[in-house]
Amino acid sequence: MSALRITDLLFRWPRQSAPCLDIPRFELARGERVFLHGPSGSGKSTLLGLLGGVAVPQAGRIELLGQDLAQLRSHARDRFRADHIGFLFQQFNLLPWLSALDNVLLPCTFSARRKQRAEPDPRTAAKRLLTQLDLVAELWPQPAAELSVGQQQRVAAARALIGQPEFLIADEPTSALDTERQQIFIDLLLRETAAVGATLIFVSHDRRLAAHFDRTVALDEINRVKPGAVS
Amino acid sequence: MNAVLRLAALSAWSRRLTLGLTLVAIVLATTLLLAVERIRVDARQSFSQSVSGVDLVVGARTGAVQLMLYAVFHSGAASNNIGWNSYQAIAGHPAVDWAVPLSLGDSHRGFAVLGTRADYFRHFRFGEHEALRFTAGEPFASVFEAVVGSEVAARLGYAVGQEITLSHGIGETGMGEHGDKPFRVVGILAATGTPVDRTVHVGLEAITALHLDWVGGMPMPGLNIPPQLVAKFDLQPKEITAALIGLKQRSDVFRMQRFINEFRGEPLLAVLPGVALDELWQAIGTVERTLLAISALVVVVGLAGLTATLLAGLNERRRELAILRALGAGPRDLFLMLTAEGLLVTTLGALLGLALTSLGSSLAAPWLLERFGVVLGARLPGAGELELLGLVIATGLIASLIPGWRAWRMSLADGLTPRI
Ligand SMILES: Nc1ncnc2c1ncn2[C@@H]1O[C@H](COP(=O)(O)OP(=O)(O)OP(=O)(O)O)[C@@H](O)[C@H]1O
Ligand SMILES: [Mg+2]
Repeated sequence: MSALRITDLLFRWPRQSAPCLDIPRFELARGERVFLHGPSGSGKSTLLGLLGGVAVPQAGRIELLGQDLAQLRSHARDRFRADHIGFLFQQFNLLPWLSALDNVLLPCTFSARRKQRAEPDPRTAAKRLLTQLDLVAELWPQPAAELSVGQQQRVAAARALIGQPEFLIADEPTSALDTERQQIFIDLLLRETAAVGATLIFVSHDRRLAAHFDRTVALDEINRVKPGAVS
Repeated sequence: MNAVLRLAALSAWSRRLTLGLTLVAIVLATTLLLAVERIRVDARQSFSQSVSGVDLVVGARTGAVQLMLYAVFHSGAASNNIGWNSYQAIAGHPAVDWAVPLSLGDSHRGFAVLGTRADYFRHFRFGEHEALRFTAGEPFASVFEAVVGSEVAARLGYAVGQEITLSHGIGETGMGEHGDKPFRVVGILAATGTPVDRTVHVGLEAITALHLDWVGGMPMPGLNIPPQLVAKFDLQPKEITAALIGLKQRSDVFRMQRFINEFRGEPLLAVLPGVALDELWQAIGTVERTLLAISALVVVVGLAGLTATLLAGLNERRRELAILRALGAGPRDLFLMLTAEGLLVTTLGALLGLALTSLGSSLAAPWLLERFGVVLGARLPGAGELELLGLVIATGLIASLIPGWRAWRMSLADGLTPRI
């Protein structure tokens, strides 16, 4: 069974004339780790939003972990996202008024499944992940707003990984890291996903990172809408 | 849902300064509203209890309101008096427990002078059947002694032993002085929040004595009877202005009223003071309702401020909402978060407003009584106040639904990457 299967997907943002995405076919195997790139504005983040079930395509079918997202009602899609998907963004990943540790624990408060899968218990799992990401213990109780951007990205990574989601979506998560930390970060991401057999979509403009991944995909290869056609 | 509410609380705490300012506005608006309501209710209460324990007020036949105005509030003049014989006939009626004659028409520096008997201090009741109390001195015992109400004493700085003179007629500028017959203040009454506070009480005989050498509202030319000689005259009045009646049995009140209203000697009127006071209050009730409407507007302004604050904050919180969305929160959760925050601030504001009103009214009660004669009862919030409080919270809920709805819409339109 594949982790992701997209067929005849068509998506257009409201109040825009041209579609943003037109993907006849795209498939990811379970445990596959994919590097996705494409020009700015080409629709990468939009695609990730569709996978998360936050936006709904006008036509086509998205099957995630064997589940057709269109079959789920909006509340169930939110549930599904909380249970099975870990998200990582480029910036502003964290709730600024929550401590680093509590930010990591957030998925466990929204999803009983993630809470239960956080071994041996959420707090210990969170601390282990933070330690592995080289975030010193003094920073854990700090409000996220008082961390550097790079530190925030590592907290966000720990949050995406906690509770072993089967699907990880990372949208340019390494832009604020120095080369050495970028390496640690990607190693951990790959190691953790491999350990649980999770699937990973990693979006970045930095093509040098592509070497670490199983497969590299350019969005224009799968998307029939060409950038420039949009505007 | 609990997790969402906990996050809402933490998020609100992180914005405590702005929310705090909004809270203060709501607290003050609620306090104003409740204070107006409380003063309104209590003013009405103390007004309608200006006399209590008196079953009937009797005077010459006029309107009920007019009779109350001069007999109880000592304002305005009686068009006619009651003959002493009629008074005695009524006072002697078997159903009557006690009767106190009232004689009005003179004043002292703008305060009404009431000629009565020392019995008055024993029988008069106000509020919840409270008797008059003396803060100093005692009731008058001889002709040229006076007892002053608390406001008279406070405004004019009188103490027991003070010599005063009375003026003929009512109002600030009397129609002549009774300067030849000075009185001595022998007693000062405690504040009651009723017209008693603004009254100078003297004996009924004193009123007769003052007017021995007057005829038709003017001093008789060439005649001057010095105070030491008045005792040689018959000081029994021929007429009085009104009378207060207490009955042996309250159930007799309508029978007695009919007896007086159909009195054969002269046209008289008997009214039940509670009923007449209520009628009088109705006439001036528009003012209080206007006040209440104005303070309700203040509350609406306060809540509009809350909505504005939440809406303005929403733009900065777009990112926060998107993160929560990514973690599994639905648009409904975000709606709940925003609405709960608004509702929390309103409820907190309303309750603090209630506390502030209670605290403020118990602190301000003596001052209000002293300055304005308004009796604020120390009591639990009345039904009217709770109703207003409920209305404030309900309006707050509506005001919070707007940002909640905006958050819902935003979270759907933004997806996971809101534009900043
Ligand atoms: N919330 C939105 N509402 C309407 N249009 C949107 C929205 N988000 C993105 N778009 C449009 O969709 C298109 C693709 O945007 P998207 O964010 O997916 O690009 P991207 O490939 O992630 O770019 P980048 O590499 O710069 O992040 C853009 O033309 C953008 O204008
Ligand atoms: Mg993007």
